[in-house]
Amino acid sequence: MTETQKVRFYQTGTHTVGNRLMEAESRTVQASPERSNAITSGHRACQGCGEALGARYALDAAMRATGGRMVAVNATGCLEVFTTPYPETSWQVAWLHSLFGNAPAVATGVAAALRVTGQHDVRVVAQGGDGGTTDIGFGCLSGLFERNDDVLYICYDNEAYMNTGVQRSSATPAFARTATTPATGPHPGNVAGTGKNLPRIAMAHEIPYVGTASVADLHDLEAKVTRAMAIGGARYIHIHVPCPLGWGAAAHDTIRLARLAVESGLFPLIEAEHGEVTAVKPIRRRVPVEDYLRPQKRFAHLFRPGHEDRATLAAIQATADANIRRYGLCPEGQE
Amino acid sequence: MTDAPKPFAITLDPGSSRANHTGSWRSERPVYVDRLPPCNAQCPAGENIQGWLYHAESGDYAAAWQVLMQDNPLPAVMGRVCYHSCEGACNRATLDEAVSIHAVERFLGDYALDHGLRPQVAAPPSGRRVLVVGAGPSGLSAAYHLTRLGHAVTIREAGPMAGGMMRFGIPRYRLPRDVLDAEIARILSLGVTLELNSKVADIEAAFAEGFDAIFTAVGAHLAKRTEIPAHAAGRILDAAGFLARVEMGEAPQLGRRVIVYGGGNTAMDVARTVKRLGADDAMVVYRRSRAQMPAHAFEADEAEDEGVMMHWLRTITAVDGAAVTVEKMVIDATGRPQPTGEFEVLKADTLILALGQDADTGFLARVPGVEVAPDGVVGVDARMMTGRPGLFAGGDMVPAERTVTVAVGHGKKAARHIDAWLRGGALDAPERHAPATFERLNTWYYDDAPRSLQAELALVRRQTGFDEVVQGLTEATALYEARRCLSCGNCFECDNCFGVCPDNAVIKLGPGNRFRIDYDYCKGCGLCAAECPCGAIEMVPEIG
Repeated sequence: MTETQKVRFYQTGTHTVGNRLMEAESRTVQASPERSNAITSGHRACQGCGEALGARYALDAAMRATGGRMVAVNATGCLEVFTTPYPETSWQVAWLHSLFGNAPAVATGVAAALRVTGQHDVRVVAQGGDGGTTDIGFGCLSGLFERNDDVLYICYDNEAYMNTGVQRSSATPAFARTATTPATGPHPGNVAGTGKNLPRIAMAHEIPYVGTASVADLHDLEAKVTRAMAIGGARYIHIHVPCPLGWGAAAHDTIRLARLAVESGLFPLIEAEHGEVTAVKPIRRRVPVEDYLRPQKRFAHLFRPGHEDRATLAAIQATADANIRRYGLCPEGQE
Repeated sequence: MTDAPKPFAITLDPGSSRANHTGSWRSERPVYVDRLPPCNAQCPAGENIQGWLYHAESGDYAAAWQVLMQDNPLPAVMGRVCYHSCEGACNRATLDEAVSIHAVERFLGDYALDHGLRPQVAAPPSGRRVLVVGAGPSGLSAAYHLTRLGHAVTIREAGPMAGGMMRFGIPRYRLPRDVLDAEIARILSLGVTLELNSKVADIEAAFAEGFDAIFTAVGAHLAKRTEIPAHAAGRILDAAGFLARVEMGEAPQLGRRVIVYGGGNTAMDVARTVKRLGADDAMVVYRRSRAQMPAHAFEADEAEDEGVMMHWLRTITAVDGAAVTVEKMVIDATGRPQPTGEFEVLKADTLILALGQDADTGFLARVPGVEVAPDGVVGVDARMMTGRPGLFAGGDMVPAERTVTVAVGHGKKAARHIDAWLRGGALDAPERHAPATFERLNTWYYDDAPRSLQAELALVRRQTGFDEVVQGLTEATALYEARRCLSCGNCFECDNCFGVCPDNAVIKLGPGNRFRIDYDYCKGCGLCAAECPCGAIEMVPEIG
């Protein structure tokens, strides 16, 4: 055992990125000037892009976990477009892009090629946005899962097709306005269907590891990527990455919105192994869903002055409450 | 790379996106700022509280103490007797509870005494001589700061011991004398000359001796009186005189029952001292209610804990031997006490008047240009200088709140202005930073952490002796308490800005050197400013 420290309290807890009072190895990957910076400066992502941040967080953690022996495969989407306008690249990792819908299949192929060429220490990470993952690449991804190929697939979920002009995806939340679900008519915004919860679909495949993470909780995100890289087989991490452009939010609110999504219960942070939930991240300061929805213009139709859509807000709150119940996110009964 | 044949249809070499300077997108730029934490803004002694807590957080108590000593030469005293208005201003109070600043200050003060730490003195001798009149907190503070600025200082004290009200006004159960003596000795050891039993009566004569400037801080010792018809004079004492006699080991006979008249901190100190001297009943009589008393609530609480009996809303109307007649009062709509015509008789062997003190500044009345108010208070300008050039004044004898902390602050302020005056210029005070308000913090990043409590001496020992009542923090608790500081408005290198920038446009400069924005790539999204826990980043519009 290492020697115990007498005082375990660090003014900022373990919530900040780093902390001069903590041992260097207890700090995050992002606190280190030696981090890989998987996506370097000069990329074309919008101001305050949650996906640029989430992808760097995840890949830097994976790079540390693998000692840099890693290949990243990318689906088409914002992440691919803003990092690689020909002939420039922002990637500082081995990186491969093929098509919109085939990233899981390409990753399977890369893993197989590494295996047959004897490069057993090189790991494969595939990544895409919610469109490339939950819609277009869904079949390939399900195949990757059921074959238990040795790939970590990361979905950066910004809840619509942002790159092409904010069209609805199957990850777009109910009632949200997008270019294809305008806020008009008797049922404005996206349809309130049954939703498509990909982490739960991944769990249904009973793959070795499923995790959800948020750009608002770096420590949790890095721990999950590190955990995923420590095991073999098919693994899936779903990261919530707010999009200032598509959500109609201020660029400086990206992390705040991600935090509010977690704290309202709309985006639960969980881990599952072989189909069973193994850990949940409790909510620290619970907030009503309104706090999360109100700053976003895609939900502005719920907050028209004098015509607040209480019924819809109650329905969204019920979704959050159901998540909190399902995963036990408020352990002390702080309803 | 360039020699290798290019794959089909590739005509350009791959380049890095770093060629694309996205800084041109920016309409606002993040700028690191230092803002004034509310504790620092509040401190009458002008301490850089957040600055010394920063060092205490890492366990570097010596460095913390050195920062503390830049403003206050009496931290072990101050950590005990200061009323810590800093804690009333502390932003952490909005989150959970204020940081126990005074307890950490006391820990650092005691740590320095235990380890024999010495303040850093750097200035070369100026060749100038300054006389300080009065060895109370203000005079000692001025002497210390003037010495650090290179001047030769002599203190003349009318009394037999240095310390002023710290010794003769504050009982030793609040301020043990070994602590006071050690901190005074440390100031003197810097080369300050102390002349005891040496009353200065003639300022001009002192100037004629060759002093280039004089700082007077003689305090306020003259007890205020009130008209009480005394048919057969009972035993009536004044608070300041009583406390001084107790300190000198000449405690007067009090009898079994003692009334203290007044509702200030001094009244509480006197009542608690009376209790310790063995009186059966120590009573406080005050004409207003508890809500209006000038004493701090904790002082009244501690007095009550020790068995002091409070008679609120009473004025003394007559004393006849052991019979003290009091009239009940009511507070009217304007908050003033009004008589009711109802009377009570209390039994007391001794009555001690704790009605405040006036300054004994008659010796300044003859100095041309010096303004002396009827109550003895002396007028000073913003530099703490009186109307007589070169004659400065501070502490209880000038218009201000009368506390040790204010006095120490006056001593520092006067010393800096005296230094500037001696060098023939005006003090070039740095501009105050804008306030670090609670609204600018991102408190998400701070953990909940309740304040540590200081242990208190067992009640029976408090009622029978003069041992210190409030105990100090242990090292582990002091470290914990220091780490509760939110570092309002001042970067503490948490790496948040470095981590949350989507464009890698924050450069980490290493321990102690903070960060720098790379404006070639910063798009001005403002995430660093929004996620800075302590509000040390500001977004500034780009011009043009």
